[in-house]
Formats: sequence, C-alpha cells, structure tokens
Amino acid sequence: MFRNNYDNDSVTLIFQVEYAAEAVKQGSVVVGIVSKTHAVLVAIKRNAEELSSYQKKLFAVDEHVGLAIAGLTSDARVLSNFMKQQCLSERLTFDRAMPLETLVSLISDKAQLNTQHYGKRPYGVGLLVAGVDDSGPHLFEFQPSGLTQEMLACAIGARSQMARTYLEKNLDKFPDCGRDELIRHGLRALKETLVQDRELTVENTSVGVVGPKEPGKRPLEAFKVHDGADVKDWINSIADDAEAGGDGMQVDE
Amino acid sequence: MIRGGEMNEDAWLKIKWVKNVPNYLQLQSPHPPPAVGARRQSATYIPQAWGRPRDDVYGAYDPSYMQTNGPNQHTQSPIVTGTSVLGMKFKEGVVIAADNLASYGSLARFTDVKRLRTFAESSVVGFGGDVSDMQYLDRHLTELAIDEAYASSTTTNSAQPTLNARNLHKYLQKLLYRRRSKFDPLWNSLLVAGLDESGAPFLAAADLLGTAFSSPSLATGFGSMLAQPIMRRLVPDEASVASVTREQAVECVRECMKVLFYRDARSLDSYSLAIVTKDGVELHQNEKLENQSWAFADRIKGYGTQTV
Repeated sequence: MFRNNYDNDSVTLIFQVEYAAEAVKQGSVVVGIVSKTHAVLVAIKRNAEELSSYQKKLFAVDEHVGLAIAGLTSDARVLSNFMKQQCLSERLTFDRAMPLETLVSLISDKAQLNTQHYGKRPYGVGLLVAGVDDSGPHLFEFQPSGLTQEMLACAIGARSQMARTYLEKNLDKFPDCGRDELIRHGLRALKETLVQDRELTVENTSVGVVGPKEPGKRPLEAFKVHDGADVKDWINSIADDAEAGGDGMQVDE
Repeated sequence: MIRGGEMNEDAWLKIKWVKNVPNYLQLQSPHPPPAVGARRQSATYIPQAWGRPRDDVYGAYDPSYMQTNGPNQHTQSPIVTGTSVLGMKFKEGVVIAADNLASYGSLARFTDVKRLRTFAESSVVGFGGDVSDMQYLDRHLTELAIDEAYASSTTTNSAQPTLNARNLHKYLQKLLYRRRSKFDPLWNSLLVAGLDESGAPFLAAADLLGTAFSSPSLATGFGSMLAQPIMRRLVPDEASVASVTREQAVECVRECMKVLFYRDARSLDSYSLAIVTKDGVELHQNEKLENQSWAFADRIKGYGTQTV
C-alpha cells in the first residue's frame, strides 16, 4: 500500500515547530507559581562541565516582570531583549508597568509569525513569564509555537512532569502562601525532578520573586533573581521534609 | 596681495582680477543703511512679518523663489479656537471647566462646542486651542479607549480602569511632543483631570510643544493669567488640597469662569464643568454663568475709542 512521507502523528503539522518544542524539553527545569500577592520563579541551572560556570536561567525584564527559560539561551536573549524594550517603552509613553497579558501577547505574536514564513524558524525556547501588574500577580507559559497560557503554577523543561505532579497536588495551598512559603513550594517542585544522588545546591539553584513590599500595599519589591548564598536558607528550609517525598509517601519517623 | 619683487605680468593679471570682483563679493552692501533720522521700517504689527529679513536692509522679498508646490501650511496655525480650561484639585477629586465657545479669530463662531471629554469613565480631558485638532485628539482617544477596553476585558480583575489619568496625561504629552517634532504640532493646550494609581486626585497640563506640568490648580490660555491667581488663593500648595471640599472647589472654579467671561473677549457665559471622584465622572455641559455684575465695566479705561 502506498505511504507518503507525511507524519500524521504531528499535532501542528509543522515539524520544525515540533522540534522546537523538543528543544524546550532538553532544557533544565524551571518552575513558576503565583499566590494572591506574589509571583515566584525557581530554576535548576546546568554547567557544561564540572569546572565551568552555570548557565543563567532567570532574568529580570522590568521592575515588575521576570522570566525563566528552558531551551536555547540565545533565542531567549532575543525575546528577553524585546520584552525589556517593550516594558521601557510602556513606562515612557504611559508611565505605567506594562500589563503582563499585553506583554505576553506581544511575544506570542512574534513567535507565531516565525512558524508561518519561509526562511524563518521557531524560537527554540519555552518561557515562564511571571510578574505583578495593576491587576495582581500573573504567571504565563510561553511555547515556541506562539501558544501562551495563563497558569496558576507551571513547570517546563527536562523531567518537568514530576514537578507538575507536585504542583497539581498542592495547587490549593498556593493562593494564600506568603513569599517564602511560595518559594519553598517552588523548590520542592524542583526537587521532585532531580535524578538520584543529585540535589539542590547554592550553585545550581536560582530563585526569582516579585511582590508587594508590605502585604496589600502598592510599592513593589522589584523582581529580583537570587543566586548562590542568597538561596541557602530556602534550600536548607526544605531539606528532609516529608512533603517532598517522591510519590507522596509518608516516611515513618 | 603682492609681496616684494618687481611687478611682473602675472601680478598685473591678479590686480585686474581683484578689480573685477563681482558685486556680491564687495564689502560694501548694495543696500546702504537708511539715512540717519529715517524711520525704521522694522517695527511692524503684522505677525507674519515678525522674524523675517527687513525690507529696508535686504530689499523686498522676491516671490519668484517661492515654491508653488510646497507643503500644506494650513495645519501650522490654529483657525477655530477654544479659550481657557480651568482645573482644581480638592480633597476627594478634581473639578475641571471650559466654556462652550469655538471662536473663528475674534468672531464667536460656534457657541455650542463642548471642550471637555471623558475618558474610560474615570478621567476628563479639557481642550484649549485649535478645535479641529481637538476633534482629531477626541477620535484618537476614543480609539485608544476601545483598544484598552479590549486589553483589560480579558484580565480577571477589571475593577480598575487600566489607563488612569496619569497614564493618559503622559500619553497625550508624548503624542503632542511627537507631533511638534514632526513640525506639525497639534495646536492645543490640555488639562487632564482624574485620579492616579493610588486613587489620589490628579491634575496636569500638556501643550502643543509637549511641555507638561502639574499643580493643585491649573489653567490654560488667558485663564493662566486671570484665573490662576484666584484659584491659588484656595489651593496655594499640594498640602492645602486635603482641606478643600468639593463645594469650595466648584464654587471657586465657577467664580473664575465668571472673571474670564468679564475679561476674556474670546469667552462665553455658557460652559461645561466636570467633577471627577472615585465614584466616576459627573459632567455638566450646559452651565450658565449666574449673578454677573458688570458694575466695574465703566471704570475700565485705556481701551477702545474713549479719549480720557
């Protein structure tokens, strides 16, 4: 029987987009969560070799927005620079923080266009965009196809399914979490994705957070990426706690 | 210049050349200055002649140099104009007013032109200056409001309007500045009244150059000279805003509109007045000046045909 070369399993019918989506899964995992007040991004950084430095995963876009990347860092740079410019121009022309939904729809359109023109290729990177605007905290997932969705919690990158399982299980707790508790949830979700005998260290863990300085008040504590010694206390605070137990097994004391 | 040596033929040629210097290289001007005591022609009251080369120095302008197919110039000056806009902050909001007249030069041409415009049911823009540019801005703002409404309708929390008065003012200022940089200014002076992101009263001005400033009370045009001092008696500084009630502010602004009608020949006794608070915009478009007193009029001297 005659068979053609078309891959009918393909969802988008465009291989290039599928491959780009695969590139996202090759990247190390990033997790994002929002509460009623804060938006948090956490990430595992990878180093090319033992003696090399770790690749950055979290970036501040503007005072009120940050992003986490999984996939091709160089493509993320293009999107990040674009978003930084758009945020600055919004501050210049309107004197306000750019609404996250507007910002994300801009990169969404930009990415979708790349899937539609010959000579162009999709961005090989997935993003989590988190921030706080006038309508409160938001988290968006961005995919190379141009698909963007608002999420309550999300994880993308290698073995991110494990993190998503954790997030789904604890989803009800997130809305009322304080800043540090939300970060701890993020780190526990990260921990789920780790392979045997790997663990969260001050070298490989990044934490980004944005939210009000004081509860319920407007001045924002600008989005800040915490690395190295800054994340030590958070990592220690989730060391050997029961909530992180693989399949949710309770460990007898 | 010939230095030393005897004069050879070359040098002689040079002298001849110097002698043949054309008229325009000569130091002496072909237009000698006017004789002492001659009346200078430069003092003119025709605005079109201001800043142009003086005929008595440079000769009359030769119109044959003029391009017949130049750019449109009718957008480069105001034609039909509105006069002052007044605004004043009070404890819970802002009051803003402008009369309903559009003048054609000194002719009171249109007597029912509304110069206050609401934006997103939460801010008011008052327009002074060219009326056609006001109409352009009005359409532009309608478009902006629609775009913003679409952008904010999908967000979960649309309780507060996405563009507050501060955002709107900054946008208009940038728009005006961009147009003046194209040498095609929008010939307006604007007041924007509303609330800022924290819910505090917001009042700011922007003009055709893109200049922007803010104050507890503001007035454009003639109002900046005639009404501003009166309003400042009530709100001299930002701190005093908190002690001014809505009634006080409205009364003061109405009084200023009256003073403007007395003294500004391009004004009208029918006006619009808007009050912005957290509850929204209250817009009155057909207010009439009340309790006018022209008793002062016969004491005014120095204008018109009187000889005293």
